[in-house]
This record gives sequence, C-alpha cells and structure tokens, in this order.
Amino acid sequence: MSPNIRIALRFLTANKRAMAMSLTGIIFGVGFFIFGQAQTTGFQQFFVKTILGTDGAIRVQDRIRITFKTMELADEEDDSDSPWVIENTENYKYIEGIEQPLEVIDALKEFESVTGIAEVLTGSVLVSSNYRSYTGRLFGVDIDDYIAVSDLEKQVIFGSLEDFRSKPTGILIGSKFARLLQISIGDTVVIKSLDKNSRYTVAGIFETGVSDIDRERIYMKLSETRSVLQRAHGASFLQVNLIDPHRAREEAFHMMNTIYYHVASWQERQKSWLDAFLVLSVSTGLTVSTIILLSGLGMFNTLAMMVMEKTKEIAILRSMGYTRSDITSIFLWQGVFVLVAGNVLGWIVAVLMTYGVSKLPFRVTGIFTTDSFVVNWSIWHYVSATIIASVIVMIASYIPARRAAKLEPGDVIRGTSQ
Amino acid sequence: MSESESSPSNSDRIALRCENIHRHLGEGEGRVHVLRGVSLELQRGKVYAVVGPSGCGKSTLLYLLGLLDQPDEGEIYLGGEPMTQMGDHERTAARNEHLGFVFQFHFLLKEFSAIDNVMIPMRKQGLLSNEEMEERATSYLKDVGLGDKLHRLATQLSGGEQQRVAIARSLSNIPSVILADEPTGNLDVHNSNIVFDLLTRLARENDQAVLIVTHNPDIAQKCDHILQMEDGEFIN
Ligand SMILES: Nc1ncnc2c1ncn2[C@@H]1O[C@H](COP(=O)(O)OP(=O)(O)OP(=O)(O)O)[C@@H](O)[C@H]1O
Ligand SMILES: [Mg+2]
Repeated sequence: MSPNIRIALRFLTANKRAMAMSLTGIIFGVGFFIFGQAQTTGFQQFFVKTILGTDGAIRVQDRIRITFKTMELADEEDDSDSPWVIENTENYKYIEGIEQPLEVIDALKEFESVTGIAEVLTGSVLVSSNYRSYTGRLFGVDIDDYIAVSDLEKQVIFGSLEDFRSKPTGILIGSKFARLLQISIGDTVVIKSLDKNSRYTVAGIFETGVSDIDRERIYMKLSETRSVLQRAHGASFLQVNLIDPHRAREEAFHMMNTIYYHVASWQERQKSWLDAFLVLSVSTGLTVSTIILLSGLGMFNTLAMMVMEKTKEIAILRSMGYTRSDITSIFLWQGVFVLVAGNVLGWIVAVLMTYGVSKLPFRVTGIFTTDSFVVNWSIWHYVSATIIASVIVMIASYIPARRAAKLEPGDVIRGTSQ
Repeated sequence: MSESESSPSNSDRIALRCENIHRHLGEGEGRVHVLRGVSLELQRGKVYAVVGPSGCGKSTLLYLLGLLDQPDEGEIYLGGEPMTQMGDHERTAARNEHLGFVFQFHFLLKEFSAIDNVMIPMRKQGLLSNEEMEERATSYLKDVGLGDKLHRLATQLSGGEQQRVAIARSLSNIPSVILADEPTGNLDVHNSNIVFDLLTRLARENDQAVLIVTHNPDIAQKCDHILQMEDGEFIN
C-alpha cells in the first residue's frame, strides 16, 4: 500500500465524526437522487408504455382535402410523389375516416420504420347485459393485424384470444366495462346499433391499465363490426406501429406529407398528459436538484473541515519530505474512500426506498389503473447519481487539499504550539 | 572550528552551512527583525549546541536550516548545494533524505502508533522493505527507551515519551543533519542523558552533524561547539 493511501485511511478512520458526516451526505444525496428519479419517471414511463401498447405509436385518420387554390393542383398530382408540405391549415380540411384502407396501407408499407398496420372500424353502441345497459365503443379489428400493433395479447386477463379467434360471435371486453355490466367469460350481451340487436359471447376480458379504455372498449371481428355498424367498406383509422416509437412525431410528419392523411403520433394525441408529466418532472427535478445542492454543500463543508483540521499534520508531513502532491493525493484518497462507500450505501438505500414504495398499496384510478406506486428501475439513475456525487466530492476534497498543501510548513508550525 | 578550517578536505566535511541569514516576522507595524545576519557551519560527526534567551530566534533559525521556511536574505547550503532558490520539490526531497527535524513541541501524528510515526519518513523514501523499516524503527525506539511502547498511539504517550518518539523519527532516514529544538526540554536528567548520548553516539557512528537548541547548560557543555545567540545574532 502506498504511504499516501495508508495515511489517508488512518486519517479517515481516526476521525469517525467527520467520516460519518461526509458519508451521510453522500448516502443521502445519492439515495434521494435515485429515488426521486425512480418515482417521477415511473408513472410517466408506465403511461407511455400503456398508451403505446394500447393505441399504438401512430394513428392514421381523416383524409386531407385541399380547399383553397391549391386544391386543383393537389388533385392533379395525386399519383406523383411530389414533396408537398402542408403548412397552412386554412387551406385544407379533414374528411373523416379512410375510404380506401388498402391503398393507404400499401403506401404506408413503403416506410421502413413501420412494423405493423391494422385497420380499425369504430362506432358507438349500446351494450346490455341481463342487469344493465351502457354505451360502449366498438373496435372492429382483424385480430392478427391488431396484435402486431398493440399489446392486446398480454392485456387479456381472463378468457383467451383463441376463443375470440375461433368464434364469430366472440368479443373481448374491457375489465371495467365487464364489471359495470356484471358479466364474465361465457356470458352473452346484446349489442345495439342503429336499431339492430345482436347477441355476442364474452370470449375474453382485457385490461389495458388506461381507465377510459377499460371502461368502454369492446373488440369485435372486423367483418362482424361492419354488419353491426352497417359500414360495408372503409375504416375509421389505421393503427401503425414503428420500430422506434419515440420517433413517432417525425415519422408522422413525414407520412402526412406523403399520403395526405392526418397522421397523429402518440405524442400529439396524449399531449395534455405528457405536458402534465413534464410539469411534474420539472418540479421534482427542482426538488432533487435542491437535495443535491444541499448535500453537495454539506459534503463540501465537511471535506473542507477535514482538511482544515489537519493543517498541523500537513505541515508535519511536509517537514518529513511529503510533497505538495502527496498531500493533495492523501485528501483525494480520503474523498475516494468516502465516495465509494457512500455510493454503495446510497445505492442500497435507493434500492430499498424504491422497492418499498413500489410495494406501497396505492390505488390510482385516474387516467390509468395501478394497485401500487409505479417506479422506474433504471441503471442510468444510478450512473448519473454516481457521476454527480463523484464530481462534487472530488472538487470538495481537491480544492481545500490543494490550498492546504500550498502553505509553507514553517508558517503553520510557527502559528501552532501544541 | 579554527583548526579544521585550514584542512583541504574541509568542504567535504561540512554538511550544512548558512551565510548572513536575515528573517523578518510579522506584518506591518508588528514586523520584527528576528534574525540579523546569522552564519554557521555544521561539520559531520560533530554536535553543536545553540543557546540563548527565550525569543532570541533559535527556533526561527532552525526552521530555516531545516528548509521549512525561507530567509529574506542569505543563503543556506546543504551538502554544498545552495538551497534557497531551489524549487519546492527539491527542497522537500532534501528534507526527506538529508534532514532530521525534532520540533520544540514534538508534533507526532496522533492517529498513528509510535512505530508508525517513526516509519512515516521511511515510507516516503521507499528504500526499505516493510520488515526492514519495522526493524529499524524498533531499534531506534529501543534506543530511546520505548521498546515496550512501540504500538501505543501517540495520544497515549506522555509528553516526554512523545518527544523521544519524535527523536527516533528524526533519525529514521539516517539524515546527514539532525536539527533538534530542545529535544530534552520535557525530560528528566536520566532520559536527557539517554537522548543526548544517543545523538552524540549516532553523530560519530553515522558521521552526522547534530544541532541542538537547549536551555540546559550541562547538555550544552558536553557538545563539541556552543553557539551563543542573542537578539538574532551569534555572539561568540
Ligand atoms: N508570527 C510572528 N510575528 C512576529 N514576531 C514573531 C512571530 N513569531 C515569532 N515571533 C518573534 O520572533 C522571535 C523569535 O522567536 P523564536 O520562536 O525563534 O524564539 P526562540 O529563541 O525559539 O524562543 P524559545 O526559547 O522561547 O523557544 C520572538 O521574539 C517572537 O516573539
Ligand atoms: Mg523556540
């Protein structure tokens, strides 16, 4: 062991109080930084995952019709792929739905980022069980296409997709909706639309986690839906999945300018919620920064104190031939020891707090449903906490150590008499 | 000193020399001219005593000779090399290798045991193995009568014991010059004699120059040379 490391260790362990104080500072800072991140990003991540798994990354809906002067031009050039950019919203209007889904699907398949496309036909229906009637939202889908653009497969909590696939009159119903109607697997419901009643069997119950969806959505085969809603052709929208859902905004813009349909990314559709999360994370970011700042200042203080208290020892070591850089390295080593121990303990504290809070019974039934606090386990929270702590501790030990090492040993010794 | 000055090999025998040292202390109004042109030569194998009233500048001189402080004027030669213009690195290395310093107020590292304190300069020099360092430290501590307290923490030793550890520490790298500021100040007659005899014996054995600041006339009498100081000057 180098003499400097040996001296650093001895200085550190001999001053239990200062060691405990600087350790506490690091543990507190690292622990709460990670814990804060885990909580705030937890709900947001959960929400995004749920949304992506339910409504996909991109929804193509509503044909754009150019109204003003550009109308003729746009119609004439319909088949060419001129890079025409929509800039002025006054010049176009939307026509609801997709009249020729297959054409649009073919156009979308040209995009390399697209991993799946599903045609969806929706409409409002009245759903009645033996006990009650509620308005629901019917989703007519081709199940295999739809699975490719959603997590429906994982969302089925009772019954099975196989039953849905094989029975023409099978439906999948949202968990809250099923509870409202007091029905379970195998029960029949009457679905009414445009004065036409038909009976369907519950083949499966799904739960997306998004309350609004679980309360009203019903999945039905596309062909059945056409007859219920009396729509022989066309689709309400296309649900599209991407290789990288986080690029949905850019892809949507690109698609919109190619196919002249309104293309909505999940970021656009969930803007109000994402904005709310942004506000939330900014506010916790501020809190966490305050914690870091405070514990950083605390650390700075204790480490500076540790050096100040050792001025005499520094002079003695210098008188015996320890160089200025030896002195600096002794105090940097002290910082490293405190840092390593503080980080490891801080991680443990963070893991315990994050785990503890994730087990807290905490029923959320607002925008989405969960039984406990949602946390986000990410190695990057640990890495960033460690980097921040290291920078603070190294600066906090380096600056006072360098200053102390600069003193002439004679000056220190003359000013000390015992 | 006169008989050795004529000898041709004289300069080789001089371990430490200083010329016309001036040192002021304090700031502004309180500025004091503490050392007023001090010159001396320390020969290897000899023991020197510096005596003089309290406050005359003995410790101030020792700090300068020990390269712990810089003079305002004058030059200090260690082994013939002028030291005042040297960089901090060279001066620090010279302290480790060539100078053993005993402070007036012993100054041990209180976190360390007696033997560890003695080994600190050796560890920095890094020439010996752990066993060799322990062996040497043990033998010096035995020499100063602390063979049974090797592993006591510095804080668990009496003032006189701490002083003896500090003496052992100053010897540990076998420096060419030992500067001791009242090394026997806290000691009874018996232990004073042990320490003094040890320093004289080592000076002869290892060919070291020893400079002792002392208020004890008996000790001063036993030295090879006595340097009398008053108001920042030698008055021989
Ligand atoms: N920081 C300072 N500012 C001004 N004067 C100082 C300072 N430090 C010491 N002095 C003065 O310098 C003079 C020499 O001090 P020094 O410690 O060298 O004396 P000394 O001979 O070792 O005395 P003693 O025998 O009591 O140890 C004293 O008069 C002291 O008051
Ligand atoms: Mg003195």
